[in-house]
Amino acid sequence: MSHLHSKPSLADRGQSFGMRLITRAGGLEAMKNAALRAKVEKVLYRGARQGFKAQVAAGRMFSAKTGSGEPTRSRPARARHEFDLTPTDDQQMIREAARELADEVLRPAGAQADADRRAPGPVREQSAQMGMALLGVPTELGGVAEEASAVTSVLVMEELARGDMGLAVAVMSSAAVANCLVNYGDSAQQATYLADFTDESDPATGALALMEPQPLFDPARPQTRGRRDGEELVLDGTKSLVPGAADADLFIVSALVDGAARLVIVPPASDGLTVADDPAMGLRAAHTGTVHLEGVRVPAANLLGTAADHADAVARGRLAWAAAAVGTSQAVLDQVTAYTKERKAFGEPIAHRQAVAFTVANIAIELDGLRLVVWRAAALLDRGLDATSQIAHARSLAERHCAQIGSDGVQLLGGHGFVKEFDNERWYRDLRGAGLMEGVLLV
Amino acid sequence: MIDLEVPKKFVPLVRQAAGLADQVFRPISRKYDLAEHEYPLELDLMSAVIDGLSDSGASQGAGARTTSGGSGEPAGVGAGSRAARSKGGNVNGSNLSSVLSIMQTCRGDVGLTLSLPRQGLGNAAIAAVANDEQKARYGSKWAAMAITEPDTGSDSGAIRTTAVKDGDDYVLNGEKIFVTSGERAELVVVWATLDRSLGKRAIKSFVVRRDNPGLKLERLEHKLGIRASDTAAFTLVDCRVPAEDLLGDPEVRIEGGFGGAMQTFDNTRPLVAAMAVGLARASLDLTTELLGRAGVIADPSAPAATQSYAAARLLQMESDYEAAYLLTLRAAWMADNGKPNSMQASMAKAKAGRTCVDIALTCVQLCGATGYAETELLEKWARDAKILDIFEGTQQIQLLVVARRLLELTSAELK
Repeated sequence: MSHLHSKPSLADRGQSFGMRLITRAGGLEAMKNAALRAKVEKVLYRGARQGFKAQVAAGRMFSAKTGSGEPTRSRPARARHEFDLTPTDDQQMIREAARELADEVLRPAGAQADADRRAPGPVREQSAQMGMALLGVPTELGGVAEEASAVTSVLVMEELARGDMGLAVAVMSSAAVANCLVNYGDSAQQATYLADFTDESDPATGALALMEPQPLFDPARPQTRGRRDGEELVLDGTKSLVPGAADADLFIVSALVDGAARLVIVPPASDGLTVADDPAMGLRAAHTGTVHLEGVRVPAANLLGTAADHADAVARGRLAWAAAAVGTSQAVLDQVTAYTKERKAFGEPIAHRQAVAFTVANIAIELDGLRLVVWRAAALLDRGLDATSQIAHARSLAERHCAQIGSDGVQLLGGHGFVKEFDNERWYRDLRGAGLMEGVLLV
Repeated sequence: MIDLEVPKKFVPLVRQAAGLADQVFRPISRKYDLAEHEYPLELDLMSAVIDGLSDSGASQGAGARTTSGGSGEPAGVGAGSRAARSKGGNVNGSNLSSVLSIMQTCRGDVGLTLSLPRQGLGNAAIAAVANDEQKARYGSKWAAMAITEPDTGSDSGAIRTTAVKDGDDYVLNGEKIFVTSGERAELVVVWATLDRSLGKRAIKSFVVRRDNPGLKLERLEHKLGIRASDTAAFTLVDCRVPAEDLLGDPEVRIEGGFGGAMQTFDNTRPLVAAMAVGLARASLDLTTELLGRAGVIADPSAPAATQSYAAARLLQMESDYEAAYLLTLRAAWMADNGKPNSMQASMAKAKAGRTCVDIALTCVQLCGATGYAETELLEKWARDAKILDIFEGTQQIQLLVVARRLLELTSAELK
């Protein structure tokens, strides 16, 4: 076994990890980048070491572990104080890898995954190989992050959602759980749960479940309640639109505890927890479900972080969704830019008409505006500064303009946009969701 | 490294410009709105301060003079690239500092900002296309810009004012309208064609002294807003201009001639976008304060649907404001770094122009009688706002520019 060698050869890693997958990942253009390759090899190496572990089905048991004192957090990124829109070399590299994953893997699988309401295995595997889900997890905790960066996260979210938003959510949902544990968990919680999420051969899946079914849902005032009973919390409530709920290994839900919204770690196998299917207008590849909590008892030690941490998770979730909206809007823009120049009506390309051309221009303007707000918010977070306003602005722009972009993306194609011949009708459905979802994703 | 905050080195400049807005412009804002065509004498007192701001290195006091204080080079596209190459990195230069300070002064008053001596759009044109000798000659003068004609608005390639070479002079004939600061400026940059049959590429800009006997001031316009700024109409009758006052290259080139003159817009559109951003900020700040006194406080963390209409609308306006603000900074930053920015400049102008009109009108609506009456400045800002979606290219022209670039279509294909 490769784990016996201190420095396993590429072939060893290939054997333990599956030659097929390595060939695929290795064939991606981004793999020619030496630095990125080193990063992926780090993931592969760890995957190879752990490759012998028994395959664990969904609903695995996490054995409680004691952490060693201080929890480990991602380090904040360094900053110079000048206006700049250039990503760092590191960010550019990761962005290019995500771009390629989006173009080569996510986009081609998008339509079928939407119809099947399932992210195909190879998509999950290749995303995991690229380390996309571990960008926020420090190397000490088994991740790939040398420094945590919300900017890197939004750049990646943009690209993945440009490939396909539903698949991006399916792939990144578990990353949000891992990031919550990194950002808010104590060392015991990190020791108990995190390793399974960083396991490359068979990473655990999970969901950050904040949404609830009632109209006017405000994540700061969830109807899900957590009542203290001795050393336990008793949870009652319903969580909606939870990606991969049926197969999740771990939920982090929000609940009102002692009058404040808090995050709580809830194992799916808990008594009183039931999962029902909850298909929606879009994000169908993420296989959304409802999680019902009825008298669910968890140790009070399952409270994750503070009330402020819950608010932080809500904010970072909204920013991630805004970044996803940027990505899918970019997909719309790219498609209509080409289509309106090819499609002819009245003897010339429809792009020659102002009514059409101005619609395309407005998509580009609102998209770029949102992208800059998202970047600003992420950069503020990386500097440890307050980004409340910018995140609120990003959300407002996403919920209004990106729904419009989704609509224009169908409108410009007319009937062809309405049928499943093109991706546009799926983008329309997904973009409506990006402006209203809470939780699930995290930058 | 991605960072969209105001650069540290420009913070003092922004503070100074904010002081100018609050201490000088606001107190006289209503006075010169009511006294249209009266010259704001207060601005003369400010000239020294403005010049001090302008000469403080990378800063612009408030206006559109895009000659950077240090090198004497124009701050247009291309200038920054040299600096960027020599430093091998990111440049925060005079385009960025200009839009930042204009946002502040226009938060004070747009009309008064446009009336600041020696900060005219003509100065931007000189900075963009003049040769070194011309820049030295006109550098300290106040220059207005004359492009529009009675029959030629957005299609500035179709202007009819002619320039005919006669010995060492050019003789200009035609009619120009909508010349901002036309009465007060010392120079007027006039666009004229050397040969109408050659189309856009024969259009050149000429520096005409205000006291030239061939340049006759016909009238000053009465306007919806920006009344502190004079808007002049001229006729040019056998107006003789020395040949050395033709800006840039006197030859009619097959390519690039009009582009040279049009390149002015890549520099000036972010400036006008900045004016719109500044005005929108003024309306939002006052409306937030007035609504706050009425008990409406927007909560950025709560979903819009759970808040009052007024609060939700404030959040919406703030978000569109921020998009316009950042699009404007991006366009200026690109110019500073020598990146071609025609499309991004037009994106900024389009978003900022329509956003400031929407914000200013909505703020009047939300504040009701107080918004509509002259007791506050909200109604004035709503009137001032409209020009910002018109001059330096209307909303529709900006969309045309963006669409043509994006779709890679010529002006013959996308009319």
